[in-house]
Order: sequence, then structure tokens, then C-alpha cells
Amino acid sequence: MKARYLLALLAALLISAPMALAEATVPVNLPDFKDGQYIHKAPTLDDLKNDASIHPELKKVILKGRDMFMNTQQYRGKYVFSDLSCKSCHLGEGRLNWSGPVWPAVTTLPDFRGKNQHVNSLEERIAGCFSFSMNGTPPAYGSDDMLAMVAYHTWLAKGAPVYETNIGGRGFSSLGQVPPKLDYDRGQAIYHKDCAICHGDDGQGQHKDGTVVFPPLWGDNSYNWGAGITRIFTAASFIKNNMPLGKPGTLTDDEAWQVANFINSQERPQDPRYTGDVKETREKFINFHKYTNYGKLINGKLLGDHSNTGSKPFLKPDALQPRAFD
Amino acid sequence: MTHFLFRLFVALGVAMMATAAYSQTDVGEGEKLTRQGDGSGAPCIACHGADGGGNEVGGFPRLAGLNAGYLAKQMFDYNAGLRISAIMQPNVDNLTEQQIQNIAAYYASLPAPPSKTTGTPPGAQVALGEKLTKEGDWDNYIPPCAACHGPGDRGVGSAFPALAGQHPLYIRQQLEAWKTGQRKNDPNQLMAAVAGRMSAEQIAAVAAYLGSLPASAK
Repeated sequence: MKARYLLALLAALLISAPMALAEATVPVNLPDFKDGQYIHKAPTLDDLKNDASIHPELKKVILKGRDMFMNTQQYRGKYVFSDLSCKSCHLGEGRLNWSGPVWPAVTTLPDFRGKNQHVNSLEERIAGCFSFSMNGTPPAYGSDDMLAMVAYHTWLAKGAPVYETNIGGRGFSSLGQVPPKLDYDRGQAIYHKDCAICHGDDGQGQHKDGTVVFPPLWGDNSYNWGAGITRIFTAASFIKNNMPLGKPGTLTDDEAWQVANFINSQERPQDPRYTGDVKETREKFINFHKYTNYGKLINGKLLGDHSNTGSKPFLKPDALQPRAFD
Repeated sequence: MTHFLFRLFVALGVAMMATAAYSQTDVGEGEKLTRQGDGSGAPCIACHGADGGGNEVGGFPRLAGLNAGYLAKQMFDYNAGLRISAIMQPNVDNLTEQQIQNIAAYYASLPAPPSKTTGTPPGAQVALGEKLTKEGDWDNYIPPCAACHGPGDRGVGSAFPALAGQHPLYIRQQLEAWKTGQRKNDPNQLMAAVAGRMSAEQIAAVAAYLGSLPASAK
């Protein structure tokens, strides 16, 4: 009887061992592409090194742009006044699908952008990231640094059809723009369970030897109230498809929405488009702020009701200018 | 004068508070345990070395200079069955919580000794390891090691241990243990996710490169 019991136990162990192994794999759950979509395979660093058709001088400029993209913090206090680098939101060197791959900006611009209500060039689009997400000011239009950024973006777009807009994996979006019922406390609980280990209980990220390792998600050194990711739907889709790092698609859609709402219910530097009145600014840019908590009363606090520009000694970079062709 | 006295008073107060916080762990007691053991198992130094530098051939990790919270968690995890090792478990199973904290604090206080890793790995292997630790392999959804383990892979906080200067055999064994599910005490499966996607070649390359890195900055 005892022998049979032991035999059964042994058999159970033998059967369960491979199952335990199978469980160890954490899946990469990303949305499917739709039929008819253009799917891009952005070139890699090795492709660049091995491509004899690219002039060595151009390679230098592309690599400079790549270095700016990967380590944007080297321009802290010049172009960047937050703790973010381009790669903080555009994972995988700006090549990764569902992580705001940057090459579509090359093939779909110039185009009209709702955010600033005029036709934007690629340089202006890059300037937008510096002004809002990086809470800074862009390299001057036409400058060597801007050329390097443009060259890196353009090289990543190699082979992609110009003005094709039906692109698989573009942006972050997969969750749409309509949130479920949002619950701050639930978002907070998810934050502390799944995000705080890297970004900290206080959302201020983690630094080591003077280097940003995990960027702050709110406060003076995070993105400002004008950044695209302050829109809850944008943050929710980014989180769903990119976070926690290495485990995309492991949060449920609802969890992604709730934690996005929690993060974007915290205070951050002022929107560079601030008129001096948060309610007025919200209304003026309602096509954008209808998706944010800016100017809303959350937990008894009116968000964005301040003139704090974070670590940046100015409100609005000069590069943000309207255009008209009348 | 009164200003000076006030500052002296504040300084004394701060010093006393700092001492109070420090006395929660006893580094001297920790050191004693590592050398003498607790009477029921082998002393730590038997495998991890008198300087906490570990041993490449045996796959015994360097402990010196690692984060105290990380080290303590590993010992608690052996005792809770969350991390499995036939060698470690019987040697830490009779330690009290305080003893574990003392040992962890002692090893964290030690300077990381120079890597004793012998032999030079092939250049191509180190190059691949460097690429993976700094850039990752995103086409296979492998983020770079440094994204979590910090600049120079010298570790970040208690959740992301220092890898720089760690013995390659140990790193390789651990990555393989995560890959197969044998080790699973990482927070939120963050390491299992990455290790599970790494090829044997990538694991060997990362281990060789990390082992070649200096354990401390500059």
C-alpha cells in the first residue's frame, strides 16, 4: 500500500514537473494586426553598420540622433527638464510596435494635427515631445541636433510607404478612447501591486549613481500637463502594451485604465499652453483635455491649479508657434 | 555662541538618531555568524569566501557589497521554500530573522572584491553580452539588463541586485533556473519573463560579459 502510494507520488511529480516548466514562460501578449495593415520592419543597428549604401557621414549623424534618443538625459537642463528620455515611452529604440514606434511620424507628416490645429512638419512633431513629455524645449529647427534626430527617425522609416496611414502597431492605442468606470482607489491598489517596485511608492522613480533608471511618473521631474500621455486613454494603452517592463499584456484592460487614471490624477508641471487660469486653459484645449484630469477636482484638489513649471525655468518654449496659410 | 551650541545640539541629535537606526542590525554579529556559523550548518565563508567574494568554479555567488534587503530576502525565501537550493536551505534554516538581517547587513557593508573570474571569454561572446545588457534584443522582447539593474549593472535598490562582477557560472545557473521555472522568487515574475526568452547562447554571453564588469563604479 505504501509502495503504491509512493509510486503514485512519483508519477505525480513526473507529470507535474513539465507542467511547472511550461508555467514559467511569461507570454508577450500584444494586439493582433488587422488585415490590410502595413507592417514595418524597422532596421537595426547592425543593419546600419552593415549597409554600405549609407554614406559614412550620414551614419555618423544617424548614430548621433540615436544617441540623443536613447540617452536624452545628456541634455538635461538644455533640451530636457524632466527625468525622461525618448526611450522611456518609445521602448526598443523607437522601433517597437505598440510602443509608439517613431518612424510613422516620418511617413505620415506633414499632416494636420488636432493638438495644435495646423499642419506639422516632422521637426515640429519632435519639438512637441521635447516641449510636453520632456517638459523642455526642442533643439532649434534646422540645427545640427535637430537634423540628427530627424536622420535617426527617417532611417528607421526605411522602406515604409509614404502617406500610408493604415499601420499595424502604430502608437500605443488598442483600448480605444472610452474609459470604463474609473476608481482612484482601485488604480492606487494596482499601482502599489504592479508598478511601485520600479517607479516607487511615491511615483518618483529610482536613480542610481546620478542616472535615472526608472523615470518618475508624476511630480516636478515627470511629463507635464500638456503631454499626450496625460490623456488617460493614451496612458492606459501604453501601460497595457508595455508595462510592467518585459510583461506586455499581462494587466487586464480594466487594470490598465484604472492605474492610468491613478497616475494621471497626480500633480505635475504646468501645461506650457497655460493661460494663467486652469479652467480657462482646459476649455481652450478641450479637444485634448477632455481626455485628461487637468482642471478637474480629484480628492478635493483642483489639478493643474498652479504656476509650477517643474525643474524648467520657463513656461512655454518659443518653438511652439501657430502656422496659417491664409 | 548660542548659534554654535544649537548646531552642536542638532548634530548630536542627528548622530544619535542615526545610531538608533543602525542598531536594528548588528554587523559584528553578522560577521561572527558568517565565520562560525550558527552551530547547525556550514559557516557562510566555507563557500562564499572570507571576503564574501564567492567562487566561480563552485558557482557560489559573490555576496560582498550586494544590497542588504536583497540578501535577506534570498535567505527568507530559502526558508519559505520560494527559492530552492539543496546547499543553501539546510545552512540557513535555523537562523532567526535577526540573524538573517545581521548577516545581510554585514555582507552589504563589505567592499566588492575584484572579480576572481579566470580566463578570458571569447571577444565575440563578450560583444554579444555587452549588446544584450545595454540594448537588449527587442525583436525577441528581451529588454536590456541595465534597464532594471541600473548603470553598469551595479544594481538598483533591494529588488534589482548588482550583476557586475558576479561569477559567470552563477549568473548562468540562475538565468537557466528562471527559464526552467526552478527559481521563481523574483518580484512580479520580472526576471522569469526575460530569462524565459533568452537562448542558451545569449545566457552564456550575458554571464560572461557581466562577470567581466567591475563591481563598483570607477
